[in-house]
Amino acid sequence: MSAPANFKFVETPRRVREDRRFVAGHGRFVADLRLPGMAHVALVPSGHAAARIVEIDAAAALAMPGVHAVLTGAELAAAVDPMMNGLDTPNVRRFPLAVGQVRYNGEWVAAVAADSRAGAEDAAELVEVSYEALPFVLDAEAALKPDSVPVHPDHGSNVLLDRTFVWGEVAQHFAASQHQLAFRVTWGRNSTVPVETFGVVVAWDPWNEILDVWASIQMPKYADQIARALRLPANAVRVHYDVDVGGSYGVKRGIKHTVLAAYLARRLNRPVRLIEDRLENMRAGDAHGPDRIFDVTVAFDGDGIINSMKMRALDNVGAYAGRAPFQLGKPVGAIVGPYRIKSVEYRAVSVTTNKAAQEAVRGFGQAPTNYAIETAIDRVAAALGLERIEVRRLNFIRTDEFPYLIPSGTRYDSGDYHTVMDKVLAHVDWPALQRERQRLRAQGLLAGIGISACLEPSGGNSSFEPLLNPKNTTSTWMESCRINVDALGYVTATIHTTSSGQGHETLAATVIGEALQIDPDRIRIVRPDSLASLPGNSPVGSRMAIMLGGAAFHAAEKLKRKLIRIAAHQFGCAEADVDYIGGAIKQRGGPGQLSWIDLVTIAHRNFHLLPPDTEPGLETTHVMQVPTGQTLPTADGRVQMYPCHSFEFHVVLVAIDPDLGKPEFRRYVIGHDCGTVINPAIVKGMTLGGIAHGIGAALLEEFVYDDQGQMISQSFMDYVLPSAHEIPEVEIVHHCTPSPFTVLGQKGSGESGYLGAPAAVSGAINDALAPLGIVMSKLPIRIPELSDAIAAARASKQKETA
Amino acid sequence: MKPAPFEYVRPTSINEACAALATDESVIIAGGQTLIPMLAMRLARPAVLIDIARIPGLAGIREEADAVVIGATTRQVEAERSTTVARGVPLLARALPFVGHAPTRNRGTLGGSVANADPAAEIPLVLVTLGGSVVVRDAAQTHEIAAQNFVLGPMMTALASGALVIALRFPVWDGGRIGVGFHEISTRASDFAFAAAAAQVVLDAAGRCTRCAIGVGAATPRPVRLDAVASKLVGSTLAETHIQAAVADAVDALDIMVDSHASADYRRRAAKALATRALTDARDAARGAPA
Amino acid sequence: MKVELNVNGARASVEVEPRTTLVDCLRDNLGLTGTHTGCEHGICGACTVLLDGEPVRSCLMLAVQADGFAITTIEAVAPAPGELSIVQDAFCETHGLQCGFCTPGMILTAEALLRRIPNPTRADIVSAISANICRCTGYGQIVEAIALAAKRMAGSNVPRETAPGEPA
Repeated sequence: MSAPANFKFVETPRRVREDRRFVAGHGRFVADLRLPGMAHVALVPSGHAAARIVEIDAAAALAMPGVHAVLTGAELAAAVDPMMNGLDTPNVRRFPLAVGQVRYNGEWVAAVAADSRAGAEDAAELVEVSYEALPFVLDAEAALKPDSVPVHPDHGSNVLLDRTFVWGEVAQHFAASQHQLAFRVTWGRNSTVPVETFGVVVAWDPWNEILDVWASIQMPKYADQIARALRLPANAVRVHYDVDVGGSYGVKRGIKHTVLAAYLARRLNRPVRLIEDRLENMRAGDAHGPDRIFDVTVAFDGDGIINSMKMRALDNVGAYAGRAPFQLGKPVGAIVGPYRIKSVEYRAVSVTTNKAAQEAVRGFGQAPTNYAIETAIDRVAAALGLERIEVRRLNFIRTDEFPYLIPSGTRYDSGDYHTVMDKVLAHVDWPALQRERQRLRAQGLLAGIGISACLEPSGGNSSFEPLLNPKNTTSTWMESCRINVDALGYVTATIHTTSSGQGHETLAATVIGEALQIDPDRIRIVRPDSLASLPGNSPVGSRMAIMLGGAAFHAAEKLKRKLIRIAAHQFGCAEADVDYIGGAIKQRGGPGQLSWIDLVTIAHRNFHLLPPDTEPGLETTHVMQVPTGQTLPTADGRVQMYPCHSFEFHVVLVAIDPDLGKPEFRRYVIGHDCGTVINPAIVKGMTLGGIAHGIGAALLEEFVYDDQGQMISQSFMDYVLPSAHEIPEVEIVHHCTPSPFTVLGQKGSGESGYLGAPAAVSGAINDALAPLGIVMSKLPIRIPELSDAIAAARASKQKETA
Repeated sequence: MKPAPFEYVRPTSINEACAALATDESVIIAGGQTLIPMLAMRLARPAVLIDIARIPGLAGIREEADAVVIGATTRQVEAERSTTVARGVPLLARALPFVGHAPTRNRGTLGGSVANADPAAEIPLVLVTLGGSVVVRDAAQTHEIAAQNFVLGPMMTALASGALVIALRFPVWDGGRIGVGFHEISTRASDFAFAAAAAQVVLDAAGRCTRCAIGVGAATPRPVRLDAVASKLVGSTLAETHIQAAVADAVDALDIMVDSHASADYRRRAAKALATRALTDARDAARGAPA
Repeated sequence: MKVELNVNGARASVEVEPRTTLVDCLRDNLGLTGTHTGCEHGICGACTVLLDGEPVRSCLMLAVQADGFAITTIEAVAPAPGELSIVQDAFCETHGLQCGFCTPGMILTAEALLRRIPNPTRADIVSAISANICRCTGYGQIVEAIALAAKRMAGSNVPRETAPGEPA
């Protein structure tokens, strides 16, 4: 489908309607809910990284006033099914509370339900747990060794996944290339850490046999997984989607919290509320992100063309599988980045250790992978003495080559990487930027320019699941929208998910308004609960512009066609002989015309005037499959991952005082192409927010474990989030290469900025360090370590020249 | 993260406060910006909180002959906005914006900062650098302790149990062209600093330094006044290389902290750079100051 | 313990344990859920309220310390139900928010800033909001909102006023 060049509402500035209630403090977050008789939960954490649970004595806790229950893993595991693993690893079992053994520092061992959160915490302190310490492993490479202690003994080892894909003639391309280089980069364990922690309120209605769930959730198949775990019929679970989520960026998948709270709610016959406090969240919310070592080898020629790449991605998953292994699979869909690399060998290794579990983090593994790919490009340029810009220019896929099939089986839909890059270089005035770098260096500072060129695969699909687990044959990845025009002509449409700030109501209303040619502000968007909802898969994988936009558009088109059919029938002419203009319909070359309200009235009240076989009223529904999603992976692991591919190009100038070691941003420009932009303010917000996350990952944020397996970055004093001081003013250069696969040409932008910023920031620092002959190969790059590396390099240079 | 239960009392006089302190496991709260997070994380579990924030006479900024005396429960924001402080203790005025964030300065007190004695705290660093003192009251009497004898180590002071900090005396430098400099380095502005430096100088009409005070903190277990540096610099025109050399010698001799956040080498290196910068800033400011 | 509070210009008498923070008191005892908790240890700023017109972290105050001040929460900022203050409207104009969780704290910080500094520089704005963490926006559109609000307030014909409940 091609996109019309001139939109009425799409691509024009429009306020995000959701903002209104939030600026007045009228959001409805899960912690705002008050249900009568509600019990509050506090968790009892394990102090050990690994230990057998010998005994849990809850007597003192139960004796505290207001305490309703102390739940242990043993009781829970007898009553619920284990949480789902994505991989085929049935012996890696996970329950909301530790069962028999704790596997990481902070893991929840027991849960107290009491009349107040403070009372629950008082009682939680009195739960006595005796442990027998066990050996533990924290390092991924150590966990890979055959003699390492398995975190799940029944699984036999720490290896959850070790699969090598060979796409294309890798050996041949390596043999034929003039050069090779190898390097390692490490992505430190961090996460998106929303300001609102995860929380859930559950109530069981024994009279209607319905489990009501309100949660700060961003997760597909949430209701399904709750039902499965609790062994309830799926239509006994009602998730309320009209809960505002205070940020998620992937990680709010608190199924373990929900199962725990739901079990207690049914046991106690009272509503149960579990809101993580910050310590619970950081240590044991199981919302950590990739913790990954990349070993990369690239084969290239002297002119800078990169022919082939080998990459081993070793991910430290933590104590349970979670979504982490799949975060090694999704990047397969953009494994060569924006480059024409002809063949790839990709080894994905996922190991368990005694750290907290990972959850899906914005980009689902793409940001770390881009960091590795962009480092490769920079290293090739350095090895050949070529400009990094030129190596990228040489290797970029050309705009006339789309749709472009990459070795791992994904077709990139469209792009114009050269134009975006050139626009950014013109905007930043590339020669002037280089002179500025020189000027800073002349002042005695270290100064560097970082460049990154990255793709944002968007549209979502779960092809990484069948890719890494052949027993999984899921190829459906859908989203829905239902539009109803009432008897008075007002339009109401449904979306079937929670939102965490992406502006989905505004998105849907804008698209429907565009299709129906009526003012989006007249369209109300509502969120039915999960029982009243159509199928959907929540805002993951940067999919909603494409999928919700698509479903809304198609539903609107169906509505339009019905209106046309009604009108043509009135006029006694063919449907092709009428024009739909702004909600009214006119007969071409004839007297017939019907206004919007005329058409509505016929549909709702004048059945005798409807064409045969027409349902009364004006209601349409569309359930949409993801574009290009129709095949399972091939035996050698080739698959169409996501349908659409946005592109971003970052240029960053950084200055570093060599003694103090603090990188300061002097300029930040991003070129961004996400096809048709449905709402400019929303996309801008995503991009700037994504860059902030990326700067955090590059410079500030890490979940640090000491050598005793204690997580020492437990609070915001040690886990450092960027404030307004840490984020520079960002200039956005816009470009639009529409997608041929979407209704309006839109692509996703939910992960924009984040996917390329860490590579750009790291690249800038390494460019600044280049005159000293050192590189920093691990994120985050911390100030003291940077200063120490500079000092050591200078000292050894002095020795050389002395 | 709810605190463990405690009782709360609000004495109306210093005597009452000291008496309340005799209770087992009682602790003072003034601004609460440091104490309350400790309570929330249950790292502090007092039985009684003694709120001194409204005791008459404990807050206020007053000029004496050679000092500005700031009551212990004076909010940091009040000192930040005070013209008395700006005039009399410009080094404190320069340092205060570095203390926490504006919302924490709206509640936090100067006495609380000094009694807490975090190595990275700016107010104790200024007090030590200027050779100020801490006025302390116990049940029996009031006495004054020199700042460098009050702050003993990380979170350790000479405050006896049952005693209260009631005021801080910041020396006022009279006469001549005064300039100040304050620098710190932290991961983010307002994080605990890796190293900090505070400097105050007086220049005569010929641009020669007649008086100098320089102190470093955050890198050391407690703020340290670098008297050797000061005496080397007095009489000079404060050339940068001269400053650097004097600072380097002095900082090399310091006992530098090491922890999981930074190496001792880093803190030492940063302390040197910041002390040099603080002195050159102070010099440049003094050059521009009215006589 | 019984505490008499002055919240949004109205007297409120609450019964709380001494350990109850001001934010929990506002949310749980008074039902004012516009103020949010993000960390409970004084870093994220989601709990920001105004105390006599100045921003404070309400998770770093006990309710029993809060008598005798004029406390302003986000609920008092809108001039009337369904209407927005200039600052609130500016945030909507520039889309200076996404999920809305940090927003009440940001808005109050902005309102207090613009009363104290009607014509702030970008550095003033950044410094003021540096006490409030946002994970959604990257701060760009927040800074734009506050700058826009400053411009609009300068041009508005409404006299500069003190915060509701603030001593005149």
